[in-house]
Amino acid sequence: MFKKALIFLTIILVAIACSSSDDSTGSNNVDDGFDRTALLTNVADNIIIPAFQDLQSKLSALDTAKEDFLNDKSTTNLETLSDTWLEAYKVCQHVQMFNIGEADNVGGSEERGFVSFFNIYPVTVADIENGTSSEDYDLNTSDYFDAQGFPALDYLIHGVATGDALPLDKFTTNSDFNEYSAYLTDVMAQMITKNNAIVNNWESSYRNTFIANTDSGLNGSFNMLANDFLFFYEKGFRAEKFGIPTGVFSNGGTLPEKVEAYYKSDVSKELALEALTAIEDVFNGVSYTNNTSATSINTYLEFLGNEALVADINNQFVAVRNAINGLNSNFSQQVIDNNIQMNAAYDIIQAAVPKLKVDMAQSLNIVIDFNDSDGD
Amino acid sequence: MLTKIKTYLDTNTNAAPLSVFRIGFGVMMLASIIRFWSYGWIEKLYLEPKFHFTFYGFQWIKPIGNYTYLLFAICGLAAFFVLIGFKYRIAIITFFLSFTYIELMDKTTYLNHYYFITVLSFLMCFLPANAYFSLDALIRKKQYKQIPKWTIDSVKLLLGTVYLYAGLAKLNSDWLFKAMPLKIWLPSKYDIPIIGETLMHKDWFHFAMSWSGMFYDLAIPFLLLYKKTRTLAFIIVVIFHVFTRILFPIGMFPYIMIVSTLIFFDATLHEKILNIFRKGISFLKFKTIALSDQAYRYSYRKLVHPILIVFFALQLVFPWRYLVYPNELFWTEEGFRFSWRVMLMEKAGYANFKIVNSETNDFFYVDNTDFLTPFQEKQMSFQPDFILEYAHYLGDHFKSQGHQNIQVFVDCYVALNGRLSQPYIDPKIDLYKEKESFKHKNWILPFNDEIKGL
Repeated sequence: MFKKALIFLTIILVAIACSSSDDSTGSNNVDDGFDRTALLTNVADNIIIPAFQDLQSKLSALDTAKEDFLNDKSTTNLETLSDTWLEAYKVCQHVQMFNIGEADNVGGSEERGFVSFFNIYPVTVADIENGTSSEDYDLNTSDYFDAQGFPALDYLIHGVATGDALPLDKFTTNSDFNEYSAYLTDVMAQMITKNNAIVNNWESSYRNTFIANTDSGLNGSFNMLANDFLFFYEKGFRAEKFGIPTGVFSNGGTLPEKVEAYYKSDVSKELALEALTAIEDVFNGVSYTNNTSATSINTYLEFLGNEALVADINNQFVAVRNAINGLNSNFSQQVIDNNIQMNAAYDIIQAAVPKLKVDMAQSLNIVIDFNDSDGD
Repeated sequence: MLTKIKTYLDTNTNAAPLSVFRIGFGVMMLASIIRFWSYGWIEKLYLEPKFHFTFYGFQWIKPIGNYTYLLFAICGLAAFFVLIGFKYRIAIITFFLSFTYIELMDKTTYLNHYYFITVLSFLMCFLPANAYFSLDALIRKKQYKQIPKWTIDSVKLLLGTVYLYAGLAKLNSDWLFKAMPLKIWLPSKYDIPIIGETLMHKDWFHFAMSWSGMFYDLAIPFLLLYKKTRTLAFIIVVIFHVFTRILFPIGMFPYIMIVSTLIFFDATLHEKILNIFRKGISFLKFKTIALSDQAYRYSYRKLVHPILIVFFALQLVFPWRYLVYPNELFWTEEGFRFSWRVMLMEKAGYANFKIVNSETNDFFYVDNTDFLTPFQEKQMSFQPDFILEYAHYLGDHFKSQGHQNIQVFVDCYVALNGRLSQPYIDPKIDLYKEKESFKHKNWILPFNDEIKGL
């Protein structure tokens, strides 16, 4: 009898040894009543890929506008450049949370991934000035993550360099005008290269990898998506757009110069609302290109019996939108004029965090990033 | 009665089970230390964090820089000495002290099974596990085939206590009537081969697992004690622990329990196991050691017996200390640790700290990632003693930075076993003024629901 038990034990031990070592491989057609493949397919095909593709076309338009401007450095061309910049920047709000796949591999910082090349702000103007005057800079180094992307373009298009009178002067009368033009070209090229790599990867192979990876572990697609969603809400949206400028993370007053698109100045609200739309659309599975919706985080929660939570979160998003709508279109000005109102908006945005990070994460049993020690 | 006890204490039994237990323990501990080290957890859990959560009364126990590696090395070496039975007494005491020190360094990593190892190794300090089949026996050229029966029984008693208390803790309405927290945990294991797709999301399966887990814990000590049910019980032990190993990230614990329960079997089995070992080491050509015809005698019986009686009395009483605290145990966690409450809760929280200058009312929020690792932040956000200690750390930190009139408030939300999150800590309480103690923390907000049962 005991020998049998020992043999049995050995078989089982071997079985676990095998089963626990393959937790990162993908398996298809998992069916527990909830169709994870459908969720991932919807998010990939109707949200992530179209958004990155749209960014590609908007960057292309931006690049054309930049060429036109450099050929004829007129105020009109600079304004066109500014308009195309804003269009592309709005699309950037829709892709920023998807630090998945190639986006996580294009060489950015560990935490921010591809966002390092698109939207680290506030921009460090001193780095741009040093770069243009010394002609010695490398946009791929982490020192330059806060001196490129949309925030750097914001400064180049709308900011006034030391000693200049107008934004345009950087490219015309400034002693370094050639270098400023080169810097503008380099920043554009960097964004286009990085985004092309991401789009190509999604189109060629990663879409299928992403959809097939229905694992429940840390590296399962849904788990990565959910973590990125939470991170974007808390950091990219709540903290960067509202918390930091309104001064709740620092002692000693407001930081109006830390808002998004500081030099353009009157679009910070527009960008924030765009980011909120991106958040809501991912949560509710709403297509990027039209308003149809399909399965996403909301339906997963409903499948698990948490209809009330879905309603609660969506109501909170509505409250957030209302609060933002009441703000000045220029957050920098808002913070200077009436920081109490900005603070109130922050509190409403903050109120969604426990619902997302505690309730949603718990009922989906999301594996929180980087925690791999034992439990009991 | 007294004579009965005296006769019992004088009863001897075959030493083989305890020797096999010692070897199994040594192997498991050595493997655990190597595993822990090789995963880089020493660095990650003890060296990287800027701040460590300490146990009340043991605040002085902290990681010791790079010497922490030395500490683990000592602990691993001690486990190896226990395994081969060399200088056993010194080895097991060294193991107990170094392992306990490691566990006390940061309570973020607290696990019931680490506590189990601490308690078990303490008990083993008093057991003659080197009497038979050990290097010590080879060196002193004498081995004892007979040891007091109570020594082996004490290990059984400890194992039985762990199972029984783990079972009693499951007698609550969340576990039995809501199938919580398994209802949250199991569906997310949908990618396990075969059962992942078919069973893991089924309601009846959650209940079946909850109830069978409860029956398992309550019944297994008794099934192991009786000879007729023993083999069946052991098979169940193996299946149960292997299954938990597949489902949950619980490291070495299942193997430790499987190996430990072998001690319930009688000596013939253990002699067979020892014979296998003898064959395995026959190339070393050890001389055969003379068997003493005398039984192993304790030198300090008068000391050992009272110590162990107090030890077991404490073990039996300590888990009930939660009864003296008000409110729901799962919510306040006052008296939760060191009580064999294993896998009972799915609890998650979010704690947002606010540093206020009481004179000017200026304030700012703390970014927890500036001070804590993600693992520490996760554990901190739903345990009141963590929250309090961290609040004091933050207050001290900002004081040292020149801030004045510091108050520390927290906005904290916690969700327990699938209930929607609710406020956890009174946001109006300045935690910087509150002191840690064993008294009830009255700044924990009441739980909005009720969990019936033990």
